[in-house]
Order: sequence, then C-alpha cells, then structure tokens
Amino acid sequence: MADTTEALVEIRDLAKTFDVSKPWLARLLEGIPVQALKAVDGVAFSIRRGETFSLVGESGCGKSSVARMVVGLDRPTRGSVVFDGTNLAALRRRADIAPLRRRMQMIFQDPYASLNPRWRVTDVVAEPLDAFGLVGSRSERTEKVADMLQQVGLSPDDGRKYPHEFSGGQRQRISIARALAANPDFVVCDEPTSALDVSVQAQILNLMKDLQQRFGLTYLFISHDLSVVNHVSSRIGVMYLGRLCEVAAASDLFRHPQHPYSRLLLDTIPDVAMAGRARAPVPGEVPDPIDPPPGCAFHPRCPFAGERCLQERPEPAQYGHSTVACHAVEERRIPPFSRSNPGR
Amino acid sequence: MSEPDAGSPRTGLAGRRWANFRRNRRGFLSTWIMVVLLLATLPAEFIANDRPLLVQFQDRYYFPVLANYPETTFGGDFATTADYRDPYVRDLIGADGWMLWPLVPFSYRTVALDLGEPAPSPPSAEHWLGTDDQARDVLARLIYGLRISILFGVVLTAFSSTIGIAAGLVQGYFGGLTDLLGQRLIEIWSGLPVLYLLIILASIVTPSFWLLLFLLLLFSWMGLVGVVRAEVLRARNFEYVKAARALGMSNARIMTRHVLPNAMVSTLTFLPFTLAGSVTVLTSLDFLGFGLPPGSPSLGELLNQGKNNLQAPWLGFTGFLALALLLSLLVFIGEAVRDAFDPRKVFQ
Repeated sequence: MADTTEALVEIRDLAKTFDVSKPWLARLLEGIPVQALKAVDGVAFSIRRGETFSLVGESGCGKSSVARMVVGLDRPTRGSVVFDGTNLAALRRRADIAPLRRRMQMIFQDPYASLNPRWRVTDVVAEPLDAFGLVGSRSERTEKVADMLQQVGLSPDDGRKYPHEFSGGQRQRISIARALAANPDFVVCDEPTSALDVSVQAQILNLMKDLQQRFGLTYLFISHDLSVVNHVSSRIGVMYLGRLCEVAAASDLFRHPQHPYSRLLLDTIPDVAMAGRARAPVPGEVPDPIDPPPGCAFHPRCPFAGERCLQERPEPAQYGHSTVACHAVEERRIPPFSRSNPGR
Repeated sequence: MSEPDAGSPRTGLAGRRWANFRRNRRGFLSTWIMVVLLLATLPAEFIANDRPLLVQFQDRYYFPVLANYPETTFGGDFATTADYRDPYVRDLIGADGWMLWPLVPFSYRTVALDLGEPAPSPPSAEHWLGTDDQARDVLARLIYGLRISILFGVVLTAFSSTIGIAAGLVQGYFGGLTDLLGQRLIEIWSGLPVLYLLIILASIVTPSFWLLLFLLLLFSWMGLVGVVRAEVLRARNFEYVKAARALGMSNARIMTRHVLPNAMVSTLTFLPFTLAGSVTVLTSLDFLGFGLPPGSPSLGELLNQGKNNLQAPWLGFTGFLALALLLSLLVFIGEAVRDAFDPRKVFQ
C-alpha cells in the first residue's frame, strides 16, 4: 500500500470469537462440543490521519464488532489495535489508557437510546469533559458546552433542555457534540445515520464532513448503506462473514469493484436510472457464522466460484490500487465490471 | 413515561410524584400521623422524664433534663444528683421556687414507689396507661420504646440498604463471574439460621444496641441485593450506558451517575417495607429476650410482659396497639411511595 501519510490507527489480524455453546452440564450430557461464533476473523487495515475509512457489509458481517473492539468496548480474542503507535491491548492500567481514550470517541447508531434521558443536554455534552477532567471551572464548562452546541448547529440555550425535547437529527447532533467535546483525533461512527430520516441523513453527514475539516478528525465509519458510504469515505473496506473481502479507495471501489461480493453489493444500490429495469436478484443468504462454509466464505453465493474456492481460504493481496481476497481475481477469471450507472 | 406539560421535566416528574403521593389519602394521612409520632417520641427526654424541665430556685433557673445538679444545690444533704420525685427534694424546692414537669413525669426506668396497690397497676389519673410488673409507667416506656424501635429500624435500614445497593450494583454491573460468585455466596449466607446464631451469641455476650445492629446487619443486607441487581442488569444494557463506556468513562462513574439513578426508584419503593421489617425483627428478639439489654424500654419487652401478666390486659393491649399502629403506618406510607414512583399510576 502506498502510504503517503502515516497511519493513525492500525488494525492487525483482529479477531473476536463469542462462546455461544450451551452450559457445561448440558454439553456433557448431550455430548455436544463447544460452539464458537467467529464474529471477526483476522481483519487487518489501517486508517490514515485525516481520512474517513468505511466498513460496509450486510448485517452480522462483524463490522460493528470491529468498531466495538477499536473503542475498547470488547476485548479482542486475537490481534491488536494500534492507536498512534500504542498497542491498546497491551495497556492494562486505567491511568495509561485514559489519555488515549480521550482522543478516541464514538458516535452511536440510535440517537434516542444513546443519551441519558434524565440528564440535561449540558450535562450530556459535558460528560467527557467531567470524566477526563478537562475543564477547571463551572463557567469554563458552560462556555465549552455552548461552543460545542454551536459547532453542531444547535443553540447554546438548548443545553438547559432534556434530550426528549429534540428530534432525531438534533439528538444525533447532541451525540456528535458529546463525542467532540473531549477534542478527540479519532471518531468511530457506528451507523450514525441509519436511524434517521433520509432528509436528515444528508444534513448530519455534511455536518460530520464539516467538523472533520474544522477539527482535523479521522473517522472510522460503519455502515450498511453504500450511498452514505460513497458520500463520506476516502477508503472503504468491504466485510463478509467476519473477513475483509476488499479494501480500496472509494472512487476505485465504486468504479472498479474487484471482489465478486463488492460487485454484488454495488448492484443492489437502487438508483433512478435503473428504475423499472429488472435487477439480478441477490443469490442466497449469508451463511451461519457458527458453521461457516470451508474455503472462501462467499463461495456458496459467488457466480465465479471454482474448485479452489471450496477448499482454500483466499488471503488478501494487492491488485491495482485495491487489496482483494479472492482466488477468482488472482486467477483473472472475472470479467471487467459493467454497470449501467457505475458509482457517481 | 409520559411527562406532564408543566415546566421542565425534572420538576414535572417530581411534581407528578408528589401529586401521586398526596392522592393516596391513606398514605398521606399516615405520613402526617407518623410525623406527629416522631415529634412525640424523638425528644422523649422532654416528654417523659422523672426530672423537671425547668426549676426556679432562689431566683436562679436550672435545667435538670440537660444537666445534673447535686442535691446540695437545693439545700439538701447529699452531693449526689437530686431526685426530684423525692418528697423531701420537692419540699426543698417548693419552699423557695417552683418546678415545671414534662407531660409524663416518669422516665422509662422510674419505679413508682408510692403506688397504692401491687404492680402492675391499672391505668389511673397518674399513670395513664397503668404500670408494668416493676411499677414503671407504661406510657413513658412506650414513648422510649417507640423511639428506640424507630431509630433501630431507620439505622438498620440505612446500613443494610447501603451495603445491599452496593453489592447489587457491583454484581449487576460487572455480571459474569462476579455475579455468579456473589449470588452463590448470598444463597449460602442466607441459608444460615439467623435466630439460632443470635440466641447463641446472646448467651455469650450481652447484646447492646450497636452489637445487635451489627448482628442483624450481617444478614439483613441481602434483602435489597436482588432488586438492585435486577435493575442494574437491565440498565447496563441501555445504549447510553454502553455509550458512556465507549466514551471512556470509568466504571465507578458509570455506576454512580448512569446506572444507580435507574435502580433508585425501585429501591426507594422498597425502603418503607424494609423499615417495617427491621422494626418487627427487633420486637421479636426483644419478645424472646435476646434483644436489647434487660431494662431497656422496647415494644417486644412490653409484649412479653403482657404475655406474662394476663391479669393486666393493659400491658398486652398497649404493646399490640402500638406495634400495630407503627407497622400499619409504615406499610401505608410505603404504598403511597410506591404509587408516587409508579410511572403508570393514574389517579382520577
């Protein structure tokens, strides 16, 4: 990968396995083995300073699990998250983690549930300030909160209100103000617009882009909505069943998707030009992650699957500007991508 | 939860709770009776005492309730504390001054020596509720007994809910192994026979107020753990609690600021009932003779006397009615508190 800027966040061989087996006694009596769900299985990518890296994929592909591990909500089963040169998994003491935690904040999917309904907006936004001891006096706190509220397009007077007095879009603005109050470098956005009306989505996305430029933020953006991802991303990682299929610059991915799954995803974007025309239906379902298919996990749904795909798991490799994990791409068995209206 | 349209929701919610509390007439009335009862029993020394509130003697004022004065102060013979009920001392003070007595001129341990009949004596103009089998005024003992019952109940409830809430909070919040071990420990601990343990301990050491409190606390803290734990298990999966964790807040901070306020409503609702339970426990121990040191005024001791002196029904009736009143008031108040915190409760 031709890195011109240094990586702020580096994810190395990240994996998360959940134990979904029955209780020990039940297993013993019924003679069933331990069952593990590999939510994330060896994901690696890096996020450069100032860019927006998006993870896309269907529900259950493990993109939210990656986000949760990056911010430390879950502990990885394997692999590491390196933030600005420090391996987060290696830090045990809270005192060591706290300064890094301040620089890494998160915006959540559901703006209705992610704000404490008992707190006034001022207290919600000031929570990181209080927790990390960033403001000295009461007036400094009020000033900082008022400033943050203005930055996200709300009025300083809104601080006296409670979250339930706001609309979904406004609440997501409060959520953003909270995330940015601690002056972070890196913000993880877990489907920040998927709970909002389409008309409000664009406002929030534009606000996030503005703030990114104003504060020099780096985003990890999680979404299942390709049109949203296209709007905000510099680079995109496509995930399928806990693994990365393809990592490419946004323009490359939308114009020349290489992995068959990326192509399939792009084909599913509805657009005006396609209206009324029959689209190739998405063949098959996402397999059971407890018992994934051998070889390439995508082979049951892949139109280009060959003998090798059933047995050998493809490893990511560089093709052009993209990193792709696919035997068919490696063997050049795939025809060039053609779509009536490729990505804008 | 639908908020009323009044002002900001916090005052709106508090206002709604207060209105709901008031609308439970029985509970509201009970609260007022309880307040009167507390006013009458908490300053027991000023209501029922064998010392006068105020003495004026030779143009000087004395406050025997607050300080000890030797008999010589009033021209007596001994340097010991004056016994104001003694006719000799009365005459001395009466010769050059006056005394202001409390409403009930007996303390809980005052033995009425001038009783014209064998103790226990029935209610009379002097002893409104009669005397017990050691010729002590029942009303005075009742006032002191109610006070100690209420205080013991409040202190025990306060301590056991503090420990119980903390234990439930930690178990519910961290879950997993912490929760598992905590729950098993509580199951084993609650299986211990509390009464036998207390009886054995009472035969080794004389229980005092604080020792008894400690012994009961060893077992009573478990009452609230289940409620708080369940609430916290629910609250810890709230999105905003996860959000706080993702934003890097410390566990202690999340527990106290986000999770605990959620668990407090159900806990507060429980408290009056816990209080009633604590009062009952002390009473039953006193009744069995394993409670407070001998001679202490208590409802249980009064009931025990009633049982031993069936020919003096005023003892048993007094004890029964006082206990019934106290427990009923606490339960009624508890119901009103429960109504007040019930988000679905709608009164017409």
